[in-house]
Amino acid sequence: MQAYTEIDNSKARSSKNKVFQYMVIAFSVITISPIVLIIYKLIAEGYKQLSFRFITENTPSTFEAMTAIQNNELIPGGIANGIVGTLIMVLMASAIAIPVGMITGVFLYENQGKRYANFTRNISDILQGVPSIVLGLISYMWIVKNVTNGFSALAGSVALSIMMVPMIVRSTEETLKMIPIAIKEAGLALGVPYYKVILRILIPTGFSGLFTGILLAISRVIGETAPLMLTALGSSVINTNVAKPTSAIPLLIWEFYNDPNMIGLIWSSSLFLMIIVLILNTVSKQIMAKRNK
Amino acid sequence: MNSDKITKIFLYTFSFIVLIVAGGMVFSLVGGSIPAFKTFGINFIFSKDWNPTEGKESYGALPFIAGTLTTSFLALIICFPLSFATSLFLGEYYKGKRVAKVIGTMVDLLAGIPSIVYGLWGFYVLRPFLIDLGMENQGFGVLTSSLVLAIMIIPYATSLSTEIIHMVPNPLKEAAYSLGATKMEVIFNVTVPAARSGIFAGYILAFGRAIGETMAVTMLIGNANVLPDKFFGPGNSMASVIANQFGEADGLKLSSLIAIALLLFLITGIINGVGKMIIKKMD
Amino acid sequence: MNENIQTIKDPIVTIKNLSVAYDKTNFAVKDVSVEIKKNSVTAIMGPSGCGKSTLLRALNRMHELYENIDTTGSVFLNGDNIYEMSTIKLRRRMGMVFQRPNPFPTMSIYDNVIAGYKLNGIHMKKTDRDEVVERSLRDVALWDEVKDSLMKKGTFLSGGQQQRLCIARALAFGPEVILLDEPTSALDPISTNKIEDLLSKLKENYTIIMVTHNMSQAARISDYSMFMYLGELVEFGKTKNMFTNPNDKRTEEYLTGKFG
Repeated sequence: MQAYTEIDNSKARSSKNKVFQYMVIAFSVITISPIVLIIYKLIAEGYKQLSFRFITENTPSTFEAMTAIQNNELIPGGIANGIVGTLIMVLMASAIAIPVGMITGVFLYENQGKRYANFTRNISDILQGVPSIVLGLISYMWIVKNVTNGFSALAGSVALSIMMVPMIVRSTEETLKMIPIAIKEAGLALGVPYYKVILRILIPTGFSGLFTGILLAISRVIGETAPLMLTALGSSVINTNVAKPTSAIPLLIWEFYNDPNMIGLIWSSSLFLMIIVLILNTVSKQIMAKRNK
Repeated sequence: MNSDKITKIFLYTFSFIVLIVAGGMVFSLVGGSIPAFKTFGINFIFSKDWNPTEGKESYGALPFIAGTLTTSFLALIICFPLSFATSLFLGEYYKGKRVAKVIGTMVDLLAGIPSIVYGLWGFYVLRPFLIDLGMENQGFGVLTSSLVLAIMIIPYATSLSTEIIHMVPNPLKEAAYSLGATKMEVIFNVTVPAARSGIFAGYILAFGRAIGETMAVTMLIGNANVLPDKFFGPGNSMASVIANQFGEADGLKLSSLIAIALLLFLITGIINGVGKMIIKKMD
Repeated sequence: MNENIQTIKDPIVTIKNLSVAYDKTNFAVKDVSVEIKKNSVTAIMGPSGCGKSTLLRALNRMHELYENIDTTGSVFLNGDNIYEMSTIKLRRRMGMVFQRPNPFPTMSIYDNVIAGYKLNGIHMKKTDRDEVVERSLRDVALWDEVKDSLMKKGTFLSGGQQQRLCIARALAFGPEVILLDEPTSALDPISTNKIEDLLSKLKENYTIIMVTHNMSQAARISDYSMFMYLGELVEFGKTKNMFTNPNDKRTEEYLTGKFG
C-alpha cells in the first residue's frame, strides 16, 4: 500500500520542532529588550530633574546651565516654553486635521468600491508614507516663505496636520465600516435626512473608535522633531503668537543635545515626553477595550 | 435639491482637499528642485559632490541615496528574524494568552517612542557599547544607525504580521495537524502561506518607515558625505542631510535639498505603491 | 448498560473508559468503552451536544492542540496504545476528514493530495508521487474530473468535489482508520450521495468511523452504530439491529424523532 520506503523521521522532526520553538521565544525576548533598556535609562537618568519647576519654568540660558554644573547643582529652569508650544501646535494641527480627516473618512465610507473613492484612499495612504522631514520642507515652502514670512507655530501646525490627516481618514472609515448597516438604514427609514444620520447616529455610535483614532494620531505627532526644525524653529520663551517661532518639547531635546551644558536636561525632557505618549496610548487602549466588550 | 443630494455633493467636493494637498506637494517639490536639476542635470542623482563654496557650488545626491538605501535594507534584514519570531510568538504559540498581551503591548510601546529619544539612546547607550566591541570612528556609522533603525521598525512589521497570522482559520491548521505535521511544519506550510500578503505588507510598511526616518539616523550615522562603503564606516542619509544642512540654506543649495526631498518622496511613494500592488496580487 | 454494547471479535480500535472534559469539570464524553470492527463503517449518532465529535477527535488526539481539554482513559489501535506513540505516527495511521471541506488554499490539487507526504518531509520520486496522486483521486472518483487541472488551486471545485479532495488527501498515505466528522452536512444531496457511495466502497480497504447527525445516513451506509446521549455511550451494535430493535429507551426515542 505504500509507495515509498518507510523512514522514521518523526524523532528528528520533533526535535527540530522543539528547537524552533525555543528560537522563537529567544528572539521575542531579544525584540522587547530595547524597550526595557530605554525606559530604564529614561527613568534612571531623568527622574532627578523632574519637578513642578520643570514644568513651569522656561529653559535656562547656556550660561546659567554652565554655572549650575560648575557648582554641582541641578540645572535650573524647565521646559515650560516647550510644553506650551507643543500644546498650541498640536491643538492647531488637530483643529485642521480632525475635520478634514473625518469628513474625508465619511466620504470614503459612503462610497465603498467606487473608483474615485479608491483613488482618494490610495492618495491618502501615499500621504501617510511621506517622511515627516519632507512635510516639514513643504510647510516651510508654503507657510514660512509665503504666509508668515518667517518661522512660525502655524507652519509647524500645518506640517503636523498633514501627518495626522491620513491616520484620521483611515480610522474614521474603518470605525464607520464596523457599525452594522442596519443602524444606518434604521435612521434613513425613519425619514431622517442623510447628514443627520451621519452626525447624530453614526458618529456618536462610533465615537470611541473615532476618538481613539484621533488620540493615536496625536501621540504620533507629539514626538516629531524633524518637521518642526524646518518650521517652528524654536524659542527660549513661551510664545503665543502663532505667526512667530515657537518651541516644542522635541525641539528642546534637540537643543539640549547640541549644547554640552544642557545635556543634563535631555533625559528628564525625554521622560516627560514618553510619559505623555504613554498616557495617550494607554487611554486609547482602555477605550478600545471597553468598546470591544 | 433635497438635503441628501447636497450632503453627497459636499462630501464629494470635500474629498478634493486631500488630492489638492498631495498634488500641491508634488508641484512644490518639483518646482523647488528645478533650479538644481537645471544646473546639474540628471547627473545630480549620481554626483558625489557637496561643495557650498560660492562660485564653485556643486551638489549631488548619490551619497545620501546610497546611505538611505543601505541603512534601510540593513535595518530590514536585522529586523526580519526578530519581528517574524515575535509575530509567531504572539499569533501562534501563545495566541490569546496573557503573556502574548504583555509582550504585544511592549512591542506597541516601541512604536510610541519618539525618534529623537531613539537617537539619544543610540548615542548615549548603544554607541559606547559598540565602541567597547571595537567599533571605530567613535561608534558613528552605518551599522549603529541601522541597528537603531531596525529596533524602530520592528513594531510596524510585527503588528501587521501578527494580526494576519492570528486570523488564519483553525480548521486549516487542524487539517495539517491531522496529517501528522508538527507545529513548525504547520507554520511554514500552512499558516505562513495563508498569511503571506499581510506579512509582506508589514515589511513594506517597515521599510518605508526606515527610509524616511530622520532624527535617529542623523544622530548616529556620522554625517560624512561619502558613499557608505565600509560596514562600520560613516555615511549620510537623504533625510539627515536635509535636516542638517537646512539652516541658512539658500538658492542653489536649498534647491538641491528640495530635490533630495523630491527623490525621498518618490522613493517612498514607489515602495508603498509597489507594495500595495504585490499585496493585491497575493490575495 | 453493558448489555447494550456489543463486543467485537478482533477489533481494530479499542476504546476503554474514555472521558473528555472541558475546563476540568465540563464532561463532554463520560466513560465510554467500545470496540470498532475492522473494515466496517461505524456511525456515531446522537442529538447535538451529545459528545460525538469530541469522542471522534479524541481518537487522533486532536484535543491536545487546545489547552483547556483533559482526556482520560485509553485507546488502542491494532493493539498499540495511541498515547504511547508520537502524534505524528498516530495521525498517519488514523486520517481525518472535517465537516467543512478545507483544502489548503495556497496549494494546487496535486499538492493537496500529496500534502501528507510533503508536510511530513517524505521525499518520493516524481513517478511515485504521480502514482499516489492518481490512485487517491481515483479512489474518491475525482480523477476524471480533475486530471487536466491538477496544477490549479482546489478552490474552483464545488463543495462536494472539495470534500472528496479532502478524503483523497486523507487516504493518500494509506491510513488504517479514517475518521469523518459529519462529512456531508455542508453539502448538497447529490454530493452527499456520491460520498456515501464512496464510503461504502472504501470500507473494503479501510475502517471508517463517522460522526453523523443524519439518522437515515447512518441507516443507509453504516454496519455498526453508536448512540450517544449527554456524553454517555448508550448503545452500540449492528445498525440493522439497533434501528429495528433498539435496546435502550433513549435510543428508541431518538430514532423515532422524539428529540433532535
